[in-house]
Amino acid sequence: MWEYTDKVKEFFLKPKNVGEVENPDAVGEVGSIVCGDALKLSIKVDKETNRIVDAKFQTFGCASAIASSSALTELVKGKTLEEASKITNQDIAAYLGGLPDEKMHCSVMGMEALEDAILKYKGEKKVLRPEENIICKCFDVSEEKIRKTAVENHLKTVEEITHYTKAGGGCGMCIPEIEQILKDVWSVREIKERPVEKKKLTNIQKMALIQDVLEREIRPRLQADGGDIDLVDIEGSRVIVGLRGMCVDCPSCDMTIKGIEERLRDVTGQNITVVRE
Amino acid sequence: MKTIYLDNNATTPVAPEVVEVMLPYFTELYGNASSMHTFGGQVHGIIELARAQVAELIGAEPEEIVFTGCGTESDNTALMSAVESNPAKRRIVTTRVEHSAILNFCKHLAAKGYHTTYLPVDTLGRFNMDALLEAIDDQTAIVSVMYANNETGVIFPIAEIGKILRARGILFHVDAVQAAGKIPINLKKLPVDMISLSGHKLHAPKGIGVLYVRKGTRFCPYLIGGHQEKGRRAGTENVASIVGLGKACELARKELAKGTTALAAMRDRLEAALLESCPDAVVNGDRENRLPNTTSVSFEYVEGEAILLRLNEFGICASSGSACTSGSLQPSHVLRAMGIPYTAIHGSVRFSLSSYTTRGEIDRVIEVLPPIIRELRSYSPFGRDKFEQYLCRLDAARAD
Repeated sequence: MWEYTDKVKEFFLKPKNVGEVENPDAVGEVGSIVCGDALKLSIKVDKETNRIVDAKFQTFGCASAIASSSALTELVKGKTLEEASKITNQDIAAYLGGLPDEKMHCSVMGMEALEDAILKYKGEKKVLRPEENIICKCFDVSEEKIRKTAVENHLKTVEEITHYTKAGGGCGMCIPEIEQILKDVWSVREIKERPVEKKKLTNIQKMALIQDVLEREIRPRLQADGGDIDLVDIEGSRVIVGLRGMCVDCPSCDMTIKGIEERLRDVTGQNITVVRE
Repeated sequence: MKTIYLDNNATTPVAPEVVEVMLPYFTELYGNASSMHTFGGQVHGIIELARAQVAELIGAEPEEIVFTGCGTESDNTALMSAVESNPAKRRIVTTRVEHSAILNFCKHLAAKGYHTTYLPVDTLGRFNMDALLEAIDDQTAIVSVMYANNETGVIFPIAEIGKILRARGILFHVDAVQAAGKIPINLKKLPVDMISLSGHKLHAPKGIGVLYVRKGTRFCPYLIGGHQEKGRRAGTENVASIVGLGKACELARKELAKGTTALAAMRDRLEAALLESCPDAVVNGDRENRLPNTTSVSFEYVEGEAILLRLNEFGICASSGSACTSGSLQPSHVLRAMGIPYTAIHGSVRFSLSSYTTRGEIDRVIEVLPPIIRELRSYSPFGRDKFEQYLCRLDAARAD
């Protein structure tokens, strides 16, 4: 049972501003039904004053998602777009008297819907920049979002990042990358990373290394999700694997293969390709 | 507000008769069963009585019953014993829908280098016999399969699986934590080597479990220390809870003798009423073959935690497979293994009844839940009704 504040309970049991504003000037949307929460925020803006005169929400999600969305609409009403754009996820959480750590992503969702709505109002479509690097494939979280959320909320651990953005909460394959990002964000960046020169591995060493990585890193993660992997053969730089269990018909098995490939390239320093048997 | 407790697969209330027989062991009868004096020694007799009561519920011999601390301990012990007493065998076969006491222990063993195979289930959560036949080999130390699933109530064909494994000489453990007391179990006819039970799922207190170990099964204890439980589980006996569990098993046996059709009928009535009054709702799991007390219903377009907390306002206790209730971001591994769409998993609600559940309580749920679903759906940006409303508005506009 979550420890929700009375304010969260109040906004969940009797949410304010449910629905859609008639003829909205902008609609912000985030999340998806697959991820477990989604928010659609519609706003009405006074053209003269640039003030948000009305805001309504529709939310699919848990109690704190509904409460955060409702709190968001209360927060933005009467504010100018300029003022509203300064609202952070912490403001939403504070308005509700706080949220459990595990639920902070609900407040982040609120902030993102608002950003989306404001961007759309200004006619600037949020485009996925080509360089935007999606770290968490399960919940579609970009490197930029992880960095931003980490800095704004002083998050130092992967667990905290998961609570706030959901990143790393799915298959867990991206956890090492999140660790790297956090290291990067919080370490003084005076030492320029020097490419470490990798010694050329012998064939035997390479095979042992690949086998070790598959066994110790990859396999437990796949098994955690009911999947499994077998190393079938290694032919030069071609690593042939067999996906088992849940992995066989998993829609993201290509992602899994790609992820394994990247990891193997990283550890061996060779241009490995991973193929299914 | 009166609590309407429909979460009996999570835990059950301790039966008043059970509390009553336990009380003396907290006060005047505090002796240690291992003591030489009569004062302690009398406790020994009562433990043996409880052992016989437990044995009778599942058709076992009293000496095949080992008292443990909980269902999880029983599960862990069974797996550990299997791998320790068969050091040459390195494979463990189980299913994707097991309790975490099995799944996480398998993960733990996998990290130590054991090979683990997780058998799939179909969309109704049914056991896959072909996958079992394919998975087992001479390397298999143990197969562990649950009797009935905690989330869907689906019952696995234990007798059939046991027959195959017995013929191959493979050790067979069954996690019967959800099944015991809800459906008849007769180990005299069931080719199973070990079975786990848990007290608090059948109206005994928390903190007491049972591992049944068939006579002649090679066994290695998990807790090592004193000679209690014939050296199979060290640690001073939890006398009060053992006595309580014995009584609870006796009550369960009497209840089972009356039959479970009334309980199933009550569950079916709840299910039918919810499906009728809530469009886009489905029952998860094989309705033909499941525990009489369990139903898992998915309501599309809404999220489970929100449903539970709204029900909570009416004192109604249930549970959900949604991600938000799991403590992790992943929804129920059971419903995922069945290939239920994420949208439906997020909106899943499980009701688990008991012999204490009344008609009036079911009526109350049938009365309050549909409006909750309707209201939460009206908040949701998804849903068929949204589309229908939109069509209505179009019609109205045309009429103007």
